[in-house]
Amino acid sequence: MRAFATLLRRDLAILLPGGSRGSAFLPLIFFLLVAVLFPFAVGPEPSLLARTGGGVLWVAALLASILPLDRLVAADREAGVFDQLRLRGVSEEVAMTARLLAHWLSFGPLILIATLPAAALLSLTGDTFWRLFVSLLAGTPGLAAIGLITSALLASLRGGTALAGLMLAPVAVPLVIFGAGHLARDDISGALFAAAFSLVLCAIAPFAAAAAIRAARD
Amino acid sequence: MQARLLATDIACLRGERLLFRKLGLEVRAGEMLQVRGPNGIGKSSLLRILAGLARPFAGTIERSGEIGLMDGRHALDSDRTLGDALAFWARLDGCADTARPMARLGIDTLADIPTGYLSTGQKQRAVIARLLFRARPIWLLDEPFAGLDTASQTLLAELVDEHCGAGGLCVFVSHQPVDLPARTLELSDYAA
Repeated sequence: MRAFATLLRRDLAILLPGGSRGSAFLPLIFFLLVAVLFPFAVGPEPSLLARTGGGVLWVAALLASILPLDRLVAADREAGVFDQLRLRGVSEEVAMTARLLAHWLSFGPLILIATLPAAALLSLTGDTFWRLFVSLLAGTPGLAAIGLITSALLASLRGGTALAGLMLAPVAVPLVIFGAGHLARDDISGALFAAAFSLVLCAIAPFAAAAAIRAARD
Repeated sequence: MQARLLATDIACLRGERLLFRKLGLEVRAGEMLQVRGPNGIGKSSLLRILAGLARPFAGTIERSGEIGLMDGRHALDSDRTLGDALAFWARLDGCADTARPMARLGIDTLADIPTGYLSTGQKQRAVIARLLFRARPIWLLDEPFAGLDTASQTLLAELVDEHCGAGGLCVFVSHQPVDLPARTLELSDYAA
């Protein structure tokens, strides 16, 4: 448990905004850019924007979550961090659980906060905004989990980021369907399905990512 | 429990190539072993197998005692300061006093500098300091003398000597002759 706290502290120091890997604001900026550019592309008609805006922001959140994947696992693998942890009796699963939590904290809350200005830019109604907020809250942990798995799988490849997008997107489709589906329905079922999918992914991710790291070790 | 490292009949396969086979070694508490051999013969692979980070293609390893590994990769966050990067490992190692090992290696003055700005030798010294954070009986060192200046080389030899004197054991890979009472293992004798 103490080891977990130590790992989480380090991961947060590296990944959070102001942290040393310094890409924490990229997803936020990307997300807001989409909200700014979309009205230019489809025209400023409020009813059209309000109808399509929520779904666009969901896709933007998904794509934004790909941005930090580049160095999420690869840097530590190259530096031999996982080997040193292993020799200290810290399993890859524990390290990946801490990484998952830190990874979500590094982009999830920022995107949730940014939903407010983004919703204003796309003239979403108050109701749609809350639905978007809740469904993103339910779905972003799942995005973080898929991101961690792909990042661990691609850690031994050079320039795996582009591939990460290709690998992440298909797995994330159910999250988008349920998450964005929640925007159009009156009940909470869409968000609940997204949350369930997120939970399953978060439960699998540390083990899958750990297995990927071990498999890449020669 | 006495520190001990025993390898029986191990073989190492890398990719499709068998690097060495039928290799046996035993290192007991207080002993040191220098592994030598031409590039690509599998010295680093041997250390990884001994550390338990890679599985041997054949054979068995028995170890009693915790392992301290120093390989070519420093495992220090290059964009954090050296003090912060080492503090992370010190917390994992349960080491309360990092100042002493850091001072011994002469890196206490570098604590505020981002690790990425340090030279190879300085990073190497930081890794050696990390070895001292916790008493681990089995030291596996891959090219520990490479990149160090003469004074640091002498210091490292002293530390290895102290370590073995205190009941530890050490296996290290080095090309250069080292002023230590170490047995040598010529890896090319076991080449496949």
